[in-house]
Amino acid sequence: MNNQNIRKSIIHMVHYSKSSHVGTCLSIVDILTVLYFSVLNIDPQRPSKKDRDRFILSKGHGSAALYATLAERGFFPKAYLDKYYIDGGILPGHLDMEAVPGIETSAGSLGHGLSIGIGMAIANKQSNNPGHIYVLLGDGECNEGSVWEAVMLATTLKLNNITVIIDYNKLQSFGRTNEVINQENMADRWSAFGWQTYEVDGHNMEELELIFNLEQTGPKAVIAHTTKGKGVSYMEDKLEWHYKSPNDEQYITAMRELGGM
Amino acid sequence: MRTTFIQSLIEEAEKDERIFLITPDMGYSILEEFQDKFPDRFLNVGIAEQNAVGVAAGLALSGKVVYIYSIIPFVTMRCFEQVRVDLAYMNTNVRLVGVGAGLSYGPAGTTHHAIEDIAIMRSLPNMTVCCPGDPVEVREIVKQSVKYNGPMFIRLGKNGEPNIHSDNTPIEIGKAIKVTQGNDVVLITTSNMLEQGRLLVEEWAKKGKHVRLISMPTIKPFDKECILELIAENIPIYTLEEHNVIGGLGTAVAEVIAESGIGVKFKRIGIPDTYTHMVGSQHYLRSELIMKSIEEK
Repeated sequence: MNNQNIRKSIIHMVHYSKSSHVGTCLSIVDILTVLYFSVLNIDPQRPSKKDRDRFILSKGHGSAALYATLAERGFFPKAYLDKYYIDGGILPGHLDMEAVPGIETSAGSLGHGLSIGIGMAIANKQSNNPGHIYVLLGDGECNEGSVWEAVMLATTLKLNNITVIIDYNKLQSFGRTNEVINQENMADRWSAFGWQTYEVDGHNMEELELIFNLEQTGPKAVIAHTTKGKGVSYMEDKLEWHYKSPNDEQYITAMRELGGM
Repeated sequence: MRTTFIQSLIEEAEKDERIFLITPDMGYSILEEFQDKFPDRFLNVGIAEQNAVGVAAGLALSGKVVYIYSIIPFVTMRCFEQVRVDLAYMNTNVRLVGVGAGLSYGPAGTTHHAIEDIAIMRSLPNMTVCCPGDPVEVREIVKQSVKYNGPMFIRLGKNGEPNIHSDNTPIEIGKAIKVTQGNDVVLITTSNMLEQGRLLVEEWAKKGKHVRLISMPTIKPFDKECILELIAENIPIYTLEEHNVIGGLGTAVAEVIAESGIGVKFKRIGIPDTYTHMVGSQHYLRSELIMKSIEEK
């Protein structure tokens, strides 16, 4: 199973590098799996092909999930995953588009990705490029005002070649998302701004694929209800796994739960 | 400079289809001709500078050369972190075109003045910083900016500045321009202080002082060679800018002098490190904040 392999790669990476953000990475694995293995028009042998679909990970702290997915999909050797977040490494903790093939934008500061995606969508429209733009935002990231500047522009321009996915795991740095900044009506908000909005279980890969493939007349927002730390029982829905990395014992437990080392 | 900028950009856009112009709802009565001629390559993103920069980066990552036009504080500082990540770090072909250098917006007040922009922008890796001093410099810099690689900041004054250079003056991004001959003092100006520098040369000539006036339309990459040659000649160097004395032209020159290992008489003239609460035209504020300090010398 691709998604479980990706999860195992993530656990491996955060374990040896003693790095943070494992919860956020596990949260988006199923979304990335659907996109990279069933939806995106991409070619790992030709990562820059002009008519490709582009995926932007706006919440750049989920980098390990993207690296693991790109390696699983064949964009670069899996051995690169052993070079994450360490001295002389290849893969930084937040995205550097020059690090490896397949990364469309550098990221790490929140609230940038949607604007960049809109620029790409406009360019594709004008050159009749069929490439579709997918942008993944965190729910906490939606606190950023710049997100809403972009939200308004996308509908003004009626861009039907851009899709946003909200990783709605309801946890952010300091606690429950809706307690820090209330956005319980997340879907209503996107819908109110004119986005073609869907809510879905962000771990139901069949449904995700169906929704991604639905025709759009304007920009599409997919509010994916997810579980932070999904797939590792002791990490699920626990804020502390935004920061901690698993010790050796926790590493073994996690790998066993994911189907073995 | 504003009119020259847009006319030059229109000329270039006729030849190069990659050129795209974005405004965060600024440029009324300036940008319409471009909009009419190239409706598909013009976008008003609304009063949203952070988004303007991000959208520009996305277009640039798709092969466009994107110009963003606004007043300097809004197109550099309001969206600074987008400039840092989406333009400088990602090394995208976006040109931030700011109007209102220094105290150009005089009585509009300090929110609209630009006295920190050069310092901020020149500290960004990959960022080229151009501060043309007259319409001739503007035209050349806009022309060369189309093919230039990486992000740029182009600092414009307002409208109606006189031509200081003749039309055939060689102007190149990254190079100083000698305007007058003289061996008593070197006066280096940048941006909208070129005209003022020219006036000073005439004034000092009456007092028998022969000034070599140099215009420095590029602050980054900086023409170190020019400064090193001046140091070697051992002529006193003055810098003149409508910018905070911290971090702009004066600082760039001071860095070269300090590392040259040779001393030379040197003085920065600019806005003292302060936000003004005075009210008045650019001419008034410039006199009060900058020129008086010269008279006192």
